[in-house]
Amino acid sequence: MEICSEEAVKYVWEGAIPLQIHLHESEVTTLPPPAPVLVLGYRIGYLPLLIPQIKPHFDSTLPPGVDTVWFDYKGVPLKWYIPTGVLFDLLCPEPERPWNLTVHFRGYPGELLTPCDGEEAVKWSFINSLKEAAYIINGNCKSIMNMSQADQYELWQSVLNGTLENYSRVVPRLKLGVLREDCKMRSISRSQQVTGETNDSLPNQTGRIPVRLYIRNVEDIDDLEGIGALDSWEKISYINRPVENHDEGGLFTLRRAMESLLPELFGPSSPSPGNQRRKTKLDAAAGEPPEAAQQETHTAQVARIRLIRVQGIVPGWDTPFAWVVNNLSHPDFFLHVCVLVSASQGSH
Amino acid sequence: MAGPHKWDGTISGLDFCEAARTFSQRWKEVNPTLTHWVWIPRPMISGSAIGEGVGYLSLENMCHQRSTEDLVVSECCSADEEQSVDCATLNDNRGTHFYDYHILYNFSYNVPVLYFRGYQYDGQPLPLERVKEDFPPHSSSILKESRWTFLTTEDHPFLRRPWHMLHPCGTRDWMKLLFSCSHLSESEAVRQYLPSWLSVVGQVVGFNLPLAIHEGLSSSPVTNWVQPS
Repeated sequence: MEICSEEAVKYVWEGAIPLQIHLHESEVTTLPPPAPVLVLGYRIGYLPLLIPQIKPHFDSTLPPGVDTVWFDYKGVPLKWYIPTGVLFDLLCPEPERPWNLTVHFRGYPGELLTPCDGEEAVKWSFINSLKEAAYIINGNCKSIMNMSQADQYELWQSVLNGTLENYSRVVPRLKLGVLREDCKMRSISRSQQVTGETNDSLPNQTGRIPVRLYIRNVEDIDDLEGIGALDSWEKISYINRPVENHDEGGLFTLRRAMESLLPELFGPSSPSPGNQRRKTKLDAAAGEPPEAAQQETHTAQVARIRLIRVQGIVPGWDTPFAWVVNNLSHPDFFLHVCVLVSASQGSH
Repeated sequence: MAGPHKWDGTISGLDFCEAARTFSQRWKEVNPTLTHWVWIPRPMISGSAIGEGVGYLSLENMCHQRSTEDLVVSECCSADEEQSVDCATLNDNRGTHFYDYHILYNFSYNVPVLYFRGYQYDGQPLPLERVKEDFPPHSSSILKESRWTFLTTEDHPFLRRPWHMLHPCGTRDWMKLLFSCSHLSESEAVRQYLPSWLSVVGQVVGFNLPLAIHEGLSSSPVTNWVQPS
């Protein structure tokens, strides 16, 4: 398998979520109420960037006041700095098409959402993430801090407009390279070699891979459709920890990478890739009754991974992690992974 | 953590937990009657025991009296309800602000990060602009002159709500500088890390540490530096 697949990256950048945006009823001042507006949200984009497309439809009906725009899904305010595709994968285990969201122009929930005044805030957040990724990969943010104004502008515009071609032109100057199959080193990609770089590998590498995990605890039922909507962000655990391959030899797979971040969800006995049930420590806090523990000859399992989604797809556990990182990462060089776990309810 | 010569200013996650334990213990010894730093364990996945050993340091309900420049680790604002009433009557009720401080470990930058938030006497949270007004006067010059940190509002990694924080991207560099004049063993350096770190970031937010917290003053990295007047 090609470690870098232009085709895969193209699919990722073209991926979009059909959104149906409804204006919150409290902000409708005209009759009849305005119809919801349909927009396409790029997976790699962010919701506030869609406001210029959305606002014209609701302008005439808004109550007087200053705009402070935010979105919610079934009553839960959406964190604007999380890419649209990640929000969708996390909040809709069974994909909803179109995805029905509510937009608000008033009453920003400052207790729950960090401030966002529009494109500038999103750009700032994106550049900060990119700096963090550069730090994780190279041990410093120099390549990002030293970007020319022109490059910074072109980079941001490419994300704003979803233009992969423009993004690919700027990326070599970020000096972040691509991950090698061993997941321990990065090298200049083939396309970058065309520009005449003589070194194959980049200096000062740390061997760390930027990853962001969003873990959602869901009910232990078989049907994904039956999973209730999220009612609070407190039910989502956010793990921002780089992955490192400490294995000696052997292919570093997606499973090995996830195991390094969430060892308790992967037991010593890992039979087949299809069987995701794992044996973990007994945890009284998870509500497991003591009697159930005594029935088990081994330690009872407390949680299992139901689903793992990256850019809307469910990669096989044995996929080379380098492939996942190089092709499914976000433009900020982070791999955003949504994980649904279930705590076991009683014996099986 | 490597010795001072090879040390890059960072601390490992495990060393952070160790340093936090030492720091909260030391704080209690030095200030037995004041609000304590408490270690809050947090499982990596909420509602489970997964990821034991992970957590953060918390010090909450610190009183900021508007009349003074710096935050005083005030006896009147301990957890004891009776005493906190005294605090309110001593000052103009409306002017009293309260602060919560959390020290978390950042796995990207391998350094601690200070998260904080302020609120009014009635629990109403303070926006960052308002919080800045409570900072000591030299704080804004520190922030302007040094490129090593800036204030921002981000989601608290555990509590998933907006908190203010001092961005960690420059911490490694100034911690390395701070420790460059001292000759500490590895274990001593781990023990000195948090008090030294907090004494620097504390200057920005107006959080004062009692000097006694720097045990073995002659070897503390902090005392090697002349404090700005």
